[in-house]
Amino acid sequence: MSRGPFAAFSGVRWGDFLGVAPFLIFAVLFLIVPTLYLVVGAFIGQDGSLTFQNIIDLGTPQIVSSFWISIRVSAASAVLGSAFGLLIALAIIRGRLPSGIRSTVMTFSGVASNFAGIPLAFAFLSTLGRLGLITVLFKTYLGFDIYRAGFNILSFWGLTLTYCYFQIPLMILIIAPAVDGLRKEWNEAAATLGASNWQFWRFIGLPILWPNLLGTLSLLFANAFGAIATAYALTGSSLNIVPIVLYAQIRGDVLNNPGLGAALALGMIVITAVANVVYLVIRTRAERWLK
Amino acid sequence: MKRGKLWAWIVFLLGALYFLVPLLATFQFSLSIRRDALSFDAYANVLQSPTFQQTFLFSVAIGVAAIIVGLLIVVPAAYFVRLRAPQLRPIIEFVTLLPLIIPPIILVFGYIRMYGTSNPLFFLRLTGTDVGTNILLTLAYVGLALPYMYRAVDTGLRTIDVQTLTEAANILGAGTGTILMRVIFPNIIVAVLSGAFLTLAIVIGEFTIASLLNRPAFGVYMQNVGANRAFEPAALAVISFIITWVAMGMIQLLARFAPRTAARTD
Repeated sequence: MSRGPFAAFSGVRWGDFLGVAPFLIFAVLFLIVPTLYLVVGAFIGQDGSLTFQNIIDLGTPQIVSSFWISIRVSAASAVLGSAFGLLIALAIIRGRLPSGIRSTVMTFSGVASNFAGIPLAFAFLSTLGRLGLITVLFKTYLGFDIYRAGFNILSFWGLTLTYCYFQIPLMILIIAPAVDGLRKEWNEAAATLGASNWQFWRFIGLPILWPNLLGTLSLLFANAFGAIATAYALTGSSLNIVPIVLYAQIRGDVLNNPGLGAALALGMIVITAVANVVYLVIRTRAERWLK
Repeated sequence: MKRGKLWAWIVFLLGALYFLVPLLATFQFSLSIRRDALSFDAYANVLQSPTFQQTFLFSVAIGVAAIIVGLLIVVPAAYFVRLRAPQLRPIIEFVTLLPLIIPPIILVFGYIRMYGTSNPLFFLRLTGTDVGTNILLTLAYVGLALPYMYRAVDTGLRTIDVQTLTEAANILGAGTGTILMRVIFPNIIVAVLSGAFLTLAIVIGEFTIASLLNRPAFGVYMQNVGANRAFEPAALAVISFIITWVAMGMIQLLARFAPRTAARTD
């Protein structure tokens, strides 16, 4: 049993292996092989031969622009989400707020980070859509039409603002343990040595949180990049982010080329995989500081 | 210290504004179906619609099926990894991360290609029949829930003394199946339930996979209502938010009942 790649399985008794087998079989059949199937499919032409044409075809303006808008929305919502998430985490943990607030915020974050998809789109349409509460209130009481001022919920900023609703809580949940790990003693030690509050954050606080921040940033990016339901219910197909193009392609081959769908999928897999690997690598390194 | 408090209050209140206003706006919007007065008519329309009831029950059924299948594959795996095969842990943990790395739309696209009607092996053409597609949807949800389910079960196993329990049961003559079903499982039931509620919260409103597999699921129904109605979507958003809140509340509540037997420290 101890042949090369299967070294990890050596010394596992057959009876025990049976216990793990269903899990591994499921993973192979319903997670790994379907994904590899698409990866391979991206390199197969319509005549069944090996080709790079599908990958080259990703360079068409329509697809490039969909990747570009996806990357921009994901990056913007990840940056805003982690910035505000961090601020809120700092406020509830180190801001000396009443003790009930912290647990309330954490519970709410658990709910809000899972409140994504279709209902989230409905909520933001009711808030900032053309007939949404905020839009109407601004128009009636302040005489200010946010839509005439250039805002649109079906746009880059509209989508980014909506995505922040699950990005910020996710950030709070992930970064809170790291903020907790900043010990009071470090503050006191720095203060004893004459450091100002700003110097503490510049030279101690942020450098310690930095790996965590970078890691979470890439996780939030991947989180937004793969999301489709919210954008689909919010914008229909007026904002062509990659998952929506892929959705339309799976439904009805709108690109008139099945191989191109697989190439599109490959592009998404590469981007989310890179973002997640960055997160995992950084997280492993960051955990050393928080023991 | 006063100033430290002030910035914290400002951040907290801005955050509260951002998170509460959409909820209030949605609620207010859901009540304004009549021109002259606030009413719960939008809720009545939604709740009385047979499609709502059918799709909701369908999604709950698929969710429960996914939880059961998920437990059947996760509990034995986590148990054996913890007890006898720790060298498999990196592999298993890598697998549990896969659903977070592969977006659902990629997963379902792979399923459609692989288990579609063009599959040369006829018994793998799962999308050919309703039953087959339902099975595929269930398995997709098992995949989505895998990271949460595994972590919940593994955390549960960490709080009990797996080795002593297993040895004690062995001495009393129990086989592996009996140990898993009647000793381990009851001891981690709280952890299992919190994994189950999280799974339900994720699965009930799921849109992408259900829609691409053409299943009459709750998420697909919500999207349809959103495309065709004005006020009912807001009511649905409020209902979904309550469902998510209840599921999360159950997890918090269950955490209080978790057994606190310390693991053996040798």
